[in-house]
Formats: sequence, structure tokens, C-alpha cells
Amino acid sequence: METLQHLWPPVRLTLELATISTLTLLILATPLAWWLARSKRAWKEVIATIVSLPLVLPPTVLGFYILIALGPDGPGGTIAGLWGARTLAFTFQGLVIGCIVSALPVVVQPIRNAFAAVGDRPLEAAATLRASPWRAFWKVALPLASPGLLSGAVLGFSNIVGNFGVVLMIGGNIPGRTRVMSTAIFDYVETMQWREANILAGGMVVFAFVVILSMILIQKRYARVGA
Amino acid sequence: MRLRSIAAAFGLLWVGFAGSAQAAKTHVAVAANFTEPAREIAARFREKTGHEAVLIFGASGAFFTQITHDAPFEVFLSADEERPRLAVEKGFAVPESRFTYAIGKLVLWSRVLDVTDGKAALSAGKFSKLAIANPNSAPYGAAAVETMKALSVFDALQRKLVRGNSISQAFQFIDTRNAELGFVALAQLHGVTAGTRWLVPENLHSPIRQDAVLLKRGANDEASKAFLAFLKEPEARAIIESFGYSLE
Repeated sequence: METLQHLWPPVRLTLELATISTLTLLILATPLAWWLARSKRAWKEVIATIVSLPLVLPPTVLGFYILIALGPDGPGGTIAGLWGARTLAFTFQGLVIGCIVSALPVVVQPIRNAFAAVGDRPLEAAATLRASPWRAFWKVALPLASPGLLSGAVLGFSNIVGNFGVVLMIGGNIPGRTRVMSTAIFDYVETMQWREANILAGGMVVFAFVVILSMILIQKRYARVGA
Repeated sequence: MRLRSIAAAFGLLWVGFAGSAQAAKTHVAVAANFTEPAREIAARFREKTGHEAVLIFGASGAFFTQITHDAPFEVFLSADEERPRLAVEKGFAVPESRFTYAIGKLVLWSRVLDVTDGKAALSAGKFSKLAIANPNSAPYGAAAVETMKALSVFDALQRKLVRGNSISQAFQFIDTRNAELGFVALAQLHGVTAGTRWLVPENLHSPIRQDAVLLKRGANDEASKAFLAFLKEPEARAIIESFGYSLE
């Protein structure tokens, strides 16, 4: 339908944002989760707590700090200065940063649990077979922990698709660049474009249903394999 | 024994809630640009009448949607005349209660650039982000767009626009210097000395007539009617003017 074409850009932007952020998150969260699962240092739980803060803090608190941090007075302004810009707020990169911060806990937690569940024995066995720690990580720990990684990726992706507060506060609602599905729905509701709001919101409900159902199925499947 | 005292405390709590619900209170949905004057007016209103005006701030468009879905507001202070008119038309407000409580003024404001000559600054376009309120839901955003169109700079600047969800968010984008400049309400700059500003000539956009209306929920409510009456009194009008609005 031609009249619905304007609904596509926010959907595409949301998918791009969620994909790029999730891939970045997996790269950041995996070593972090590994360290949290394996380290014997007592203060690692302090780090774990800091990582988990976005779960408890309201998105407005996160959005406020991220807005300041991305701006000319914060590190974001310095980074933006590298290519002559003043701020990372209102940019796609800024949204990626905001989404990573808010989704970090839901990605780290399942991966950390999965690494912890692997335990010492498979790694010790690998060591006795003269596998280097690096090789043991890639060939033993990571495959064993893959259900955790998959859970983390799905949870992170859906967390980002559902992000509203942070995106609203740092995005500036620019069509094609920072206007994602959640803020587009908000706009449509505010301006009483019910039909558009309904289509996007309905899509979100279907998406959420599929995500949760597939999570349950993944867990069931791996539980069977494990047993 | 203990159970009984808990039950008694619980009962008292309920009585307390019921009591507070009976005290004369009115819930006023206030357009974000009118935040500061509304606070002052509510304080004076309380001193004079003993009634309490509970203020809720936001974008006029959002309020209108909420009002059509039975939001618990008794009075609506919009940032335009269109939405109160529609509220009356659609049967959510009392027809004869509508009046213009303030006429807003639009300002170009910056904490980074010199915008004393706003027209020149906009035409030069030496900035990356210009903040406005969402023109679809906030009348000051619509006035900002009209202004840029009148100055024939809209097409050139369109890609640089960032939209706040309300005029308050536009202000915050500029205040944190994430946007170099932007359009805000003059009332928001009350007591603000930072940066430079340009008062937008009123012939560049249609007048921002801000209307108040009594909603159906407050039709028979003393405190709500008293609040609207108080808005028309010299004392409230003086406060409104002191924030840079004009009056009818």
C-alpha cells in the first residue's frame, strides 16, 4: 500500500540500530561476562553492579546522563570533534551508544551465567590436552556457553527495539536518522494518527510475542540437549 | 491484637485518602511553555482561595489526546487556540468557558552563536543542529516552522532540525549546547541571562494565542471554575505579562 510507505523508515532504522548495537554488544559483553564469571577478585561484583545499574535506573536518568556525556561538555563532544562535529546527540552513533549502555545488563547476565555453568572441568581437561587458554576459550568454553550467548543476543536485540526513554531523550526525533519505531508510535499517538500508531504498535506486539516464544523454545531445546 | 491494629491503621489510611480527595483540588493540564507562570499563579491562587491547583506539564497535542481519552484533568491551558476549540467541538469541554489567557512570543536562542540578528544567523546557517518543539504536537514548534518558511530558510535548514517532544525539551537541547541554537518561548528565558537571543517579529508567524478551557470533568467543580476566574484577574494577568506574554 502506497499510503503506508512512510511507516517503513522508522522500522528499517530500528532494525539497523538493533542489529549494529547487538553485534557491538556481543563483542563487548562476552569478554566482560567471561571475566565476571571466572575472576576471583572480590571487587568484580562492584563492576557487575555498575553494569546492572541500567536495569534499575529509570530511562530518564540514563537519558539525562547520556545526553550530557554525548554533548559538547562530555566525552561525546570530544569524539565528535574528530570529524568536526560538536555532539554525538541526535546522531545514529549516539543512539547506538545509548542503546548499548541500556542493554548491556540483559546481554552480560545470561552470558555470564552460561560461562559460570561451564565450570572449571572442561577447561582443565582442555589444558591437560595441551590446549592453550585462548584455544580452550574458543573451542571449549564458547561452544558450551552458546545458548547463553544466543539468549543474550535475543534479549539485547529486543531490549533495543523496545527502547523508548533513552532514545526519546537523546535522539531529537529526526526522520531517517533517529526516529525509531518507539518514538514514531509516540508521535502518531500524540497527533492522533491512530491508524499508523496501530500498525506499528501491533507489529511490536507480534514481535514481542515471537521473541518470547522463541526464547522459551531455545531454552527447552538446550535443556533437552543438556539432559 | 496485632492484626486488629494493622487493620485499624489500614482503615485510617483509607479515611485519609478519602479525606484528601474531598479537599478542593483542581487538576490543570498546562502547556510546557507556561510552566513557570503557572507555578506562580497556582501559588497565589492557593493563598487567596485555599484551593489547590495540581499542575501537569506537557505538550498541548499530547494533552489533547489524553483529554479525548478521559484523562483526569479539569482545566486545560493549551499553547494554542485550536485544541481547546476542538475539545469544545467534540464535547470534552464547556463551550462558554474558552478564553485567551496569554499570547505567546517566540524567541531564537543560542548559547554558542551570536543570534542577536536572528535573520542573518539563520540565513548564514553556520551550525549543525537547530532545536524546535515537535511542530505536529507543539504550537511553538509550528510557529518556528512558519517563521523559517517566512524567512525562506526552511528548505536549507530542514536537515539540521532536531525536534523536542515539547518546548521544554527543545530548551534543554539548547541549554546543554547539544544544539547550537533553537526556537523557544520567551517565557522560558525568564531569568535566563546566558547566551544571545532574537525576539521573532510577530509578523513572521501566526499569533500564538493560548486558550484555556474548562473540561467537562470540572464543569461543576468549584476549585476549577475559581482557577479559571483567577486567571482573568489583574493579579494573574500581571504575572503572565511579567513572563513576556502579551494579553488580549
